[in-house]
Amino acid sequence: MNARLEWRVATLVGIRSETATARTLLLDVPGWPGHVPGQHVDVRLTDEDGYSTQRSYSLAAPADGDRVELTIQRVNGGEVSEYLTDTFAVGDPVELRGPVGGWFVWHPSRTVPALLVAGGSGIVPLMAMVRARREARSRAPFRLIHSVRSPSDQFYASELRRAARDDGGLDIVTLFTRSAPAGSVRPPRRVGPADLELYGWPPQFEPTCFVCGPTGFVEKVANTLVGLGHDPRRIRTERFGPTGD
Amino acid sequence: MGIVSPGFRRRRHDADVQLPPGQYLTEDFPVLSAGPTPNISLDRWEFTIASETGQEYRWTWDELLELPAEEPTVDIHCVTKWSKLATTWRGVSLDLLMEDVDTTADYALAHCYGGYTTNLPLEDLLDGRAWVVYEFDGSELAPQHGGPARLLVPHLYFWKSAKWVRGLQLMEFDEPGFWEGVGYHNYGDPWREQRYAGD
Repeated sequence: MNARLEWRVATLVGIRSETATARTLLLDVPGWPGHVPGQHVDVRLTDEDGYSTQRSYSLAAPADGDRVELTIQRVNGGEVSEYLTDTFAVGDPVELRGPVGGWFVWHPSRTVPALLVAGGSGIVPLMAMVRARREARSRAPFRLIHSVRSPSDQFYASELRRAARDDGGLDIVTLFTRSAPAGSVRPPRRVGPADLELYGWPPQFEPTCFVCGPTGFVEKVANTLVGLGHDPRRIRTERFGPTGD
Repeated sequence: MGIVSPGFRRRRHDADVQLPPGQYLTEDFPVLSAGPTPNISLDRWEFTIASETGQEYRWTWDELLELPAEEPTVDIHCVTKWSKLATTWRGVSLDLLMEDVDTTADYALAHCYGGYTTNLPLEDLLDGRAWVVYEFDGSELAPQHGGPARLLVPHLYFWKSAKWVRGLQLMEFDEPGFWEGVGYHNYGDPWREQRYAGD
């Protein structure tokens, strides 16, 4: 019998700007039980009239004691994401509960190859896997394909550059869909079969594939991976919106 | 009620409708699934009910379409917090499919193309509360929303409305399905906010 996941009061202790519309929140959560990369939390906001609303956000990094990280992409008109990216200030409290989710997760003890495919802010739970791999000194073969609209939409850009250089056995490629940096060989376009074949693992390597992003992106990538011969049972997906938020 | 979030102001006004706790309204139809959308051929599609004694009842696609259809208009609630009101579907009532099934089972495990499963008390599938649906909003059900056919059990969180359903296994004892086995609530009543195990 599981104990109820209790609501905890977290305090914002730091902010990192990721892009013009996304930021990482460093939260102190007394008594945090720890989590596995890929899991998420529920965040609850309440106003002075007692109106309260909840959203789910992926954890962006392994826990550091009571410290957890969420990266929030602002959605225009989204009352929770706009609050968390604009108004929420260091020292403010917020309620959260978790960790939640036991499917879209990567355990650092795993040694089989992993293919991580992220569309836009879908990088967040996959970044938690990359960071946990580094922290655990895992040598599991990892390939990360990150699709973003333009260079200014990249989350964690400098950390990913360092990881590509320093984390043995981790390959990272960033693919641009609208505008690529000057000098790019690949013209901006959506991720297609050729990209997944070139930058992914051959199906015979039997990688676990983690695909996260907006629905259309995940549908297309997951279907393409199946078409390339990957076993559907080894493809795990997580989809973001559109959810009206 | 929780602690007040400094500077947070309500911006959405879903006040004229009563939603389950923690839910918000959406006009879109978000997609959530754990893996790729399966590719299902209608020629080979079938829906099976297997009783606890092993007796099987089968319908082909054409046979399902020939059964009297109902057009439920229902509110749906996803555990990821969105709710969508007055959605319209077309399909066959589980009451009708269960009519000739000889069983004393108390539980059902829904099985799906692609391997997904979800468990429900059998009584939650009866009395006009559950359907096998193949149309949404007047059009054939799109694959990413569970087409060709999915379960519709709107009084429970929407993960119980299994996409790509291919059958029910009737059981004397309860057995967790896919999400129920990885931390989600066994029953999933949105009005009691039964999202996760222990809620």
